[in-house]
Amino acid sequence: MTPLLEVKDLRVEYRAKGFHARANEVLHGVSIEIAPGETLGLVGESGSGKTTLGRAVLGLVPQSSGQITFDGAPVAPGLGKQRRALARDIQVIFQDPYTSLNPAMLVSDILSEPLIAQGRKAKDARTAVRALLDRVALPSDAERRYPREFSGGQRQRIAIARALALQPRLIVCDEPVSALDLSTQARVLDLLIEIQEQSGVAYLFISHDLSVVHHISHRVAVMLRGELVETGSADQVTGHPKHPYTKKLLLSAPVADPDEQANRRAERHRLVEAGM
Amino acid sequence: MSIEGTPIAIDPSTLATSHEGLARRFLRNPLGVVSLAVLVVVTLVGLLAPWIMPQDPNLSSLAMTNAPIGGQYLLGGDSSGRDILSRLIAAINVSMESALIVAGVAAVIGVPAGLIAGYFGRGFEAVSTWIFNLLQAFPVIVILLAIYSVIGSSSELLTAALGVLLSVSFFRLVRSLVIGVKNELYVDAARVSGLSNWRILGRHVLYVVRAPVIITASYIAGLGITLQSSLAFLGITNATVPTWGGMILEAFSNLYTSPIEVLWPAMALGITVGAFVLFGTAVRDTLEGPRVSSRRLKAPRRRTEGAALEDGGALLSVSGLSIGYPQGSKIRLVVDDVSLEVQPGEILGLVGESGSGKTQTAFAILGLLPESARVTAGTIRVNGANILNLPPARVGALRGKVIAYVPQEPMSNLDPSFTVGSQLVYGVRAVTRVSRAEAKKVILGLLARVGIADPERTFRAYPHEISGGMAQRVLIAGAVACNPNLLIADEPTTALDVTVQAEILDLLRDLQKESGMGVVLVTHNFGVVADLCDRVAVMKEGRIIESGPTREIFAMPQNDYTKKLLASILDDRSPLRRGNPGSTLAEKATAR
Repeated sequence: MTPLLEVKDLRVEYRAKGFHARANEVLHGVSIEIAPGETLGLVGESGSGKTTLGRAVLGLVPQSSGQITFDGAPVAPGLGKQRRALARDIQVIFQDPYTSLNPAMLVSDILSEPLIAQGRKAKDARTAVRALLDRVALPSDAERRYPREFSGGQRQRIAIARALALQPRLIVCDEPVSALDLSTQARVLDLLIEIQEQSGVAYLFISHDLSVVHHISHRVAVMLRGELVETGSADQVTGHPKHPYTKKLLLSAPVADPDEQANRRAERHRLVEAGM
Repeated sequence: MSIEGTPIAIDPSTLATSHEGLARRFLRNPLGVVSLAVLVVVTLVGLLAPWIMPQDPNLSSLAMTNAPIGGQYLLGGDSSGRDILSRLIAAINVSMESALIVAGVAAVIGVPAGLIAGYFGRGFEAVSTWIFNLLQAFPVIVILLAIYSVIGSSSELLTAALGVLLSVSFFRLVRSLVIGVKNELYVDAARVSGLSNWRILGRHVLYVVRAPVIITASYIAGLGITLQSSLAFLGITNATVPTWGGMILEAFSNLYTSPIEVLWPAMALGITVGAFVLFGTAVRDTLEGPRVSSRRLKAPRRRTEGAALEDGGALLSVSGLSIGYPQGSKIRLVVDDVSLEVQPGEILGLVGESGSGKTQTAFAILGLLPESARVTAGTIRVNGANILNLPPARVGALRGKVIAYVPQEPMSNLDPSFTVGSQLVYGVRAVTRVSRAEAKKVILGLLARVGIADPERTFRAYPHEISGGMAQRVLIAGAVACNPNLLIADEPTTALDVTVQAEILDLLRDLQKESGMGVVLVTHNFGVVADLCDRVAVMKEGRIIESGPTREIFAMPQNDYTKKLLASILDDRSPLRRGNPGSTLAEKATAR
């Protein structure tokens, strides 16, 4: 099966301000593949480059070398005209549902904007908006309200509806549940899984939380300082990690069971003493 | 110290309320109504001038030279025997015109230049910034005099030139606003949706810029009238058209014989310019949202003094605590009848979701509630003394020595302009009277104790030179520096990476064991509770709904909400996602 998205040896560097400042490379040749309908979980700590990888796939950061291929065709870097046409296929859900929705726009305008940008008629867009709200289980009167009238979980549902508007084949989810409360988090993850089962959309799911990634992903990739250290099926990476960093990451996350947590703590201390 | 995350934090989205709401709020502001009314009246009088002027403004009659007030000429006559009232009215249009021209020209040049420079940056930004800086460096009046000497006394051209000179205010304002908004996630989302740059500028960016531009325009309009009048006062405008500046000039030459004449044009000028400025201020007030009333609401204090129990040596004992915030004439409770106890050497976990009141409870114990908060009932006893009854100075003395605090955001709790060391030394010396050198020795020891590899270097470092995990270690070192009995830790690991979190939890556990202090750990993470806490109290909507030893709560939660929270945890016990991508629903259901 040809992969839906293929990233090959991607390098991204941020140019530092100033005349002779050296560029700072944050991705050192990263390669990933995502099959249609698959979820690839991307785990890493802050500064590991996982968000940059997502933004490069979206065309929001320039790549210094490497190749991104979508559905067999190479993707031009940046956000040129060709990339804008690809908007129909690659969409995004951001971490912070408070700043990812324009506070000045009605929900109906937020949801119809991508449709109208892709040349749909206003009337069609309106019908589509109603279907989208229904899809993410928000009441239909939500369209006449502003984002501030909704809770964090509801706002993230609006953001999901916006991502679904163009019926994309890949959605980059950048920490979509990190800002949410525990119980809301579980409901939003279930919604994402349900949408995938019905529409066959693929996810690049970025998170720092292994348990969240484990819950939603088919395959998991672990990033450390701009490089992938381990890739494999979700069960293999979270159940039998090979790389010592993955092991440490797993053992560092506390579990909600005092006795099991004490065991994990002891195990982590052994790992640290062994030099990781 | 930050008190972010309190429920009264002003919602930034109030900046963008719906239209009707804005108009209504503006009209409820007396400043807005009065300034708007003045502007409307002045404009109307100006437009109707030909019909309502009592005399021809240029008609001079020898008999009416310096005529007194109240005769045939209502406001008297000037030195040439012309009607002052008619001339005042006739001058309105010139003033309003120059206000419009100046504000219009400045906005037409400054706003688009600012939009493009801010959004696209690069070459255009560098060149335009340079040009506008140059414009600002020119002395306005001198430039206008130079232009006057070239083009003559066309007042429209002069005011237009003034507009060009003032456009730098719009440019700077718009550019900085756009730079702020272009990195917003919703702009990124619009880009990913395939919107072109121009559409993003029109839909998302322009909206943010609109209100500040209106405000600046009204200030600039006022400034335009003032400068136009100054030019007229200097005598470099067309003398056949009456202007307020020109009238002041005439009245000036006549100041000793008829001093009252200067009053009328000065008043007209002052009132109109003032109305423009106040209008801008009122618009700004409206956009900033309703101001929180600073009126102190007297809360009914339910005294529980008599019923105070002799708590058997509890380090911290909170009983019946209620905290509310005034909302209109009522008080909305965010903490409702909360009671808890911490024994020496015990770690209590205070868990709940956002808005459950856990942070408010912690801040009440620290005596750090925001100004507007009201403790409506209850007691907080630390070592037996009710801190709610103590004078603020005594509570302040308790902090640091008896109660210490570890915050959620280590970085925002260190002052970026001082070195880590100087902040810690300051803290130690505020509590104990030791010399600077001794304090430094204590701090260096503590920094080593909290696991900082090179204490000397960290001591000399500024906060931006250390990592988030290191900053949290520094703050923990500061918190335990004076051997407190009680440590309040508000989500101490939430902002940290998971591997760093594990290290900080280890550190807190070790320090607690060594010193035997009591700890209140505020968190939303049940894993952290399981790792560290002896007892747990679960909060929901301001109440404690369940509390008990950690093991019992995890093994047998009694309350439905606690059960639901524990069931939401996605650790190894939750159903895994298996099956192949693209497989059907039914296959997946069986695979689960």
